[in-house]
Amino acid sequence: MNHETIEHDVIIIGAGGAGLRAAIEASGKGASVGVVCKSLLGKAHTAMAEGGMAAALTTADPRDNWEMHFRDTIRGGKMLNNWRMVKIFTQEAPDRVNELEEWGALFDRTDDGRILQRNFGGHQYARLAHVGDRTGLEMLRTLQNHGIHQGIEVYMECTVVDLLMDGGKAAGAFAYWRDSGTFVQFRAKAVVLATGGLGKCYTITSNSWECTGDGQALAYRAGAELIDMEFVQFHPTGMVWPPSVRGLLVTEGVRGEGGVLRDKDGKRFMFDYIPEMFAGEYAETEEEAKRWRPGVPEGPDARRPPDLLTRDVVARAIRAEVRAGRGSPHGGAYLDIASQASEAQIKKKLPGMYHQFMQLASLDITKEYMEVGPTSHYVMGGVRVDPETCSTSVPGLFAAGEVAGGLHGANRLGGNSLTDLMVFGRRAGAGAAEYAGALSAMPGVNPDQVRDIERLALAPFEESGTENPYEVMQDLQKMMEHDSGIVRAKEELADGLGKLRTLKERSVKVRVEGNRQYNPGWHYALDLHNLIMVSEAITLSALHRDESRGGHTREDFPESSPELEKVNTVVRNRDGEMAWEHVTREPLPGDLQELLSHPHLEEPN
Amino acid sequence: MTDVTFRVFRGAGTQGGFEEYTVQLSEGMVVLDAVLDIQASQAGDLAVRWNCKAGKCGSCSAEVNGKPRLMCMTRMNTLPLDQPVTIEPMRSFPLIKDLVTDVKRNFEINKRVRPFKPKPRQADGTHRMMQYDIDRIQEFHKCIECFLCQDVCHVMRDHQKPDFIGPRFLIRLAALVMHPLDTENRLTELKDAFGIGYCNITKCCTEVCPENIKITDNAIIPLKERVAGNFYDPLAWLWRKARGKRPDTRPGTE
Ligand SMILES: Cc1cc2nc3c(=O)[nH]c(=O)nc-3n(C[C@H](O)[C@H](O)[C@H](O)COP(=O)(O)OP(=O)(O)OC[C@H]3O[C@@H](n4cnc5c(N)ncnc54)[C@H](O)[C@@H]3O)c2cc1C
Ligand code: SF4
Ligand code: SF4
Ligand code: FES
Repeated sequence: MNHETIEHDVIIIGAGGAGLRAAIEASGKGASVGVVCKSLLGKAHTAMAEGGMAAALTTADPRDNWEMHFRDTIRGGKMLNNWRMVKIFTQEAPDRVNELEEWGALFDRTDDGRILQRNFGGHQYARLAHVGDRTGLEMLRTLQNHGIHQGIEVYMECTVVDLLMDGGKAAGAFAYWRDSGTFVQFRAKAVVLATGGLGKCYTITSNSWECTGDGQALAYRAGAELIDMEFVQFHPTGMVWPPSVRGLLVTEGVRGEGGVLRDKDGKRFMFDYIPEMFAGEYAETEEEAKRWRPGVPEGPDARRPPDLLTRDVVARAIRAEVRAGRGSPHGGAYLDIASQASEAQIKKKLPGMYHQFMQLASLDITKEYMEVGPTSHYVMGGVRVDPETCSTSVPGLFAAGEVAGGLHGANRLGGNSLTDLMVFGRRAGAGAAEYAGALSAMPGVNPDQVRDIERLALAPFEESGTENPYEVMQDLQKMMEHDSGIVRAKEELADGLGKLRTLKERSVKVRVEGNRQYNPGWHYALDLHNLIMVSEAITLSALHRDESRGGHTREDFPESSPELEKVNTVVRNRDGEMAWEHVTREPLPGDLQELLSHPHLEEPN
Repeated sequence: MTDVTFRVFRGAGTQGGFEEYTVQLSEGMVVLDAVLDIQASQAGDLAVRWNCKAGKCGSCSAEVNGKPRLMCMTRMNTLPLDQPVTIEPMRSFPLIKDLVTDVKRNFEINKRVRPFKPKPRQADGTHRMMQYDIDRIQEFHKCIECFLCQDVCHVMRDHQKPDFIGPRFLIRLAALVMHPLDTENRLTELKDAFGIGYCNITKCCTEVCPENIKITDNAIIPLKERVAGNFYDPLAWLWRKARGKRPDTRPGTE
């Protein structure tokens, strides 16, 4: 069958921060670039990022530098990070923030007119450049408005179903237009995956319907490796009430601006949960924590409050409080900014949160406590890439942003994602353009492959189907929440893998009503294949990591294992079966190793 | 819990009509919850756009009981429930299917706006801008491109004036014109190519903006004044740019 065909040197799947930054770079290097995205331009998940982007700009605290950012990122990642990625990342971060400013972004300012930075969990110094609590929107709009003048073609509301392959090389992408339901093939010399996360594997999530792990699944099917998939971040502060907004994010910026966590009796419980690794770095009593002020460099007598510990720690603490019967009425903890900042401050620094609670929960955060609990938020794992060029193990296939793995290790620090998008989006764009430039001819398209993809994509319209895609998806999410969620155990994980086999069988029997035009049921039916595949990767990787570390908590192995600290889990397709292995990580060189034991509160000099 | 009846527009292209669905009310429910509920259990192919479900992405614009709104920020308890709740697509954009309209026109307009062109950095590598100089522009940058203002503007609806870029892009222009770093003169094109003169300040756009941006008072009126000033006195523009500081961008007291 003949399909509409569009050709570019580089095709980028995804128009979030990573995709747009990659497009700008590839186009700047002279490549013809097309960007494909499922939603309208400017609606990608990046628009929802709130708190800020981390970079050692030193405008808020002169003691900061890339080394400290390096140290915080690796310690936050519980040592599993790819240190080469972290080094590139922390060194290039300030340039990427300044570049956005050069393209028109307006970050909040310091008193002397420079870029203001805010505190965030796990960052030793105030490090997040931000715009109130809508930093992601500013980033995405800036890239969008800059990008439209760089000769990039954007194909909106177009969903990629599979990658086209020429032998073992990437050759483009097969997609369909949502508004008509017709197929289109994008032929390209290089393909960049920038498809974001997979929060929709879970019932309670801060992610939108778009986050179905498409890129991870596309890469896996094309033969690429996935790394660290067991590490899913549960953000400690999602809304818990009313049910309609369960999981919706409450930015960490609330705690960055001074907000504190309390149990049902108003007691601040985080003092009881400071892990050994961070002992001595956080305030140990309420009196001391009160001396700490957001925006003021801390001193040895006013260490930061433990409410600003890394996300994995805070999420587990809230869960433990709820289990012990000390939770709030709807099964969360209280988050209190009302007693910590004035009404004017709250409205200036957290306008989105004020609005969100007022409108959706009829709650005034300047006067009342919020109720919060863990929500699935981010995946640290993803497609394994080369730190310099973001190439994958499949020639011609690149990946950047949340879809890629390695940078964040076992736990991502807040604010490190937005910066990740810029640093590695740029590198992926350059890598892809260079690769495409070196290829003399367009890779070929294999008609058999196209026929197979097409048949699978249209299967849900066949009369014989019996399953409702919405129901299969809900059952999958429930299974993941229960068997592969925030706290895991061997038996449940093994059980989960069994249930995934059943869900897989059900997913090929779904039946959708209506026709192909703008049909969300059809879309969900196709998303299911990706969701099930990434759920399997998460569960399989989790089953084989017999320890607790960062975003991965095992009830049956509550401690971290020094042996497992040395390895990362890699998953790949071997003859149609998902295979896993533990690969030993390149150790930190001596000078960088030293940074990790750097005294945390040295005097400025 | 109570049942509520919804009249939802179903159709494609130029055809279609209302279908009724019944949904059980739950605590805190918004209109988008009801639409997604209908989708999951009664009409799997009901087309609707949404992403964030938190008023941050501007995808879920529609007309609820005849009023242009974000469905995800419209609480059911703010609507009269003794009569059916009517949900229709935005009226001024061509229909694709059900609640989804073709909003490409807005993306085409955006391309006509020339890119931001900053002045050079200071010797220490920074751009210095005072918070009070950018408060107003940050207000404009809150725009989530829901296009509700474009939907209600009567000049946009009147297809005799194809030049007119509409309120969403007038605030984008205002953000550029007032940006302390931008060096382009954009006033001539505002008057000629973008048709700012067509706006007769009815304020319908401001009324529907879910981000509460004071589109008319804070963006369009000051732009109109500058265009008028520039038209009579081009030197005034140069002078303002040369001073590099514009006290009139400070937040107003409206
Ligand atoms: C509520 C919230 C708040 C956050 N706040 C912060 C913060 O303050 N700081 C921070 O650093 N991080 C934050 N994060 C994390 C961060 O926002 C995300 O990790 C990041 O935006 C992901 O960007 P991305 O470019 O990788 O992908 P996304 O922005 O998710 O974009 C993915 C793109 O891929 C497209 N796509 C996906 N699949 C397909 C397909 N099959 N075919 C075609 N196109 C496809 C989508 O349409 C979309 O355009 C937050 C996350 C959430 C959910
Ligand atoms: S004030 Fe101007 S831009 Fe706004 S709706 Fe009225 S005519 Fe349109
Ligand atoms: S200005 Fe307001 S109404 Fe208009 S598109 Fe932006 S957010 Fe929507
Ligand atoms: S879904 Fe994002 S604004 Fe409604």
